[in-house]
Amino acid sequence: MALIARLVSLAVLLALWQGVSVYADVRTLPAPSAVLAFIIREAESGDLLFNVGVTLARVGISFVIAMSLGVLLGIALGRSRLADRLLDTPLLMVLNTPALVITVLAYVWLGLTETAAIVAVAINKLPNVAVIMREGARGLDPGLEEMARTYRLDRRTWIAHVLLPQLQPFMVAAARSGISLAWKIVLVVELLGRPNGVGFAINYYFTLFDVTAVIGYSVVFMSVMLAIDALILQPLDAHVRRWR
Amino acid sequence: MSAAGAESTLLTVRVDRKVYRRARTEPVEAVRGLAFSLSAAEITCLIGPSGAGKTTTLRILLGLDHDFEGAVTPDPNAVGIAMVFQDPRLLPWRTIEQNVRLGLPRDRRGRDLDGLFESLGLAPWRERFPGALSLGMQRRVALARALALEPRILVLDEPFVSLDDTAAAGLRGLVVETVAGRGTSILMVTHNVAEALEIADRLLLVSARPASLLATVPLDRPRGQRDRAFLEATRADLAARFPGVIAQ
Repeated sequence: MALIARLVSLAVLLALWQGVSVYADVRTLPAPSAVLAFIIREAESGDLLFNVGVTLARVGISFVIAMSLGVLLGIALGRSRLADRLLDTPLLMVLNTPALVITVLAYVWLGLTETAAIVAVAINKLPNVAVIMREGARGLDPGLEEMARTYRLDRRTWIAHVLLPQLQPFMVAAARSGISLAWKIVLVVELLGRPNGVGFAINYYFTLFDVTAVIGYSVVFMSVMLAIDALILQPLDAHVRRWR
Repeated sequence: MSAAGAESTLLTVRVDRKVYRRARTEPVEAVRGLAFSLSAAEITCLIGPSGAGKTTTLRILLGLDHDFEGAVTPDPNAVGIAMVFQDPRLLPWRTIEQNVRLGLPRDRRGRDLDGLFESLGLAPWRERFPGALSLGMQRRVALARALALEPRILVLDEPFVSLDDTAAAGLRGLVVETVAGRGTSILMVTHNVAEALEIADRLLLVSARPASLLATVPLDRPRGQRDRAFLEATRADLAARFPGVIAQ
């Protein structure tokens, strides 16, 4: 039922797009069929796979870095009042710095390198993860903490069976919001200073005013990210909530 | 082991004074003069008004709070004390069986628990999550988790509160069996006097905050022979002597 509703809304959107494109200027709003033709052409040449792969790798690496550091930082902030007081202001500053500024500074300080690109994406995403995890670590059940102390649970048992299960919903929330943030930022980072990737391709076709290609690339990449959410993150979410 | 009589004493608790001090609020004196000891194969009920510092006393007894004047001997960590909380405090994301096993030290987690689950009527529920169980059954799981440790002292905080009569009676029976079968010492905190009169060997009556020990009341008649007349007479007598603690 839910699937049918989704497919219907998708079909309506495509029909609307097709309908409007008939009346619009072909150069500014190509028809869905033209975009599909471009995607097939680009896939056959190999460029599509290469650019999407490169971008996905960047998203993946920076996602892992930002998640692991962000989770650790968030737990520290949620558990220690001192850490929270010391780091709250810097965290807010980074959180409110535009992605563009972080990216430009990363390229200036680290050079136009792969490292700079990944660092820029990771730093953009890390504060969000930390803030979500801080909420999770603050909300730990005091009753279970007392139980853990009364039963003298060792540290490993406590982490695996008391702490992490309480944080899992927050980790999944951070991952889901984080991955969409990461791929939006990674395109800007590629546009500014990388010779490949989806962001680079979109910028290249923009300079040629090839709207079909711009839309084609964004549709493909968006589909890939939606698939990752639907096939990996949502099942993970359902898994951590299975006991409810 | 020293003199006879004292050898069955497992734990002696003496809290001369316990004051909570928090920044920007008046210090609150929770306990002033509360001393008792616990012996094997005995049910002791601690009775007092709500908010009288009973929970504070339990925390001290369990070795969770060291900031008080007085002493707990021997070290509670060495005695073998297990606790059943009022709200069961199970891990909702772990099965019943895992909940019971995780309460055990790592080297004993693999032990055979079939008998325990069977005796508590939990055998069919071992693979279920706590959320699927009623409060009464969750309390049983909490009791199983405590008993799995084979403690010498079992502490129960309001274990029968908000259970229907059948569930409460069932759980009460299990507690009494534990004393009879294993010689465990049981300390039960309650404000249900009728319940205490039914199962306790000894009542500890505690005043309102700051908690101090008003009286120790031994109940000599064996549990099986406490009829309605005995319960009512005892209650009336206690109510006359300690009107602040026990209502008519």
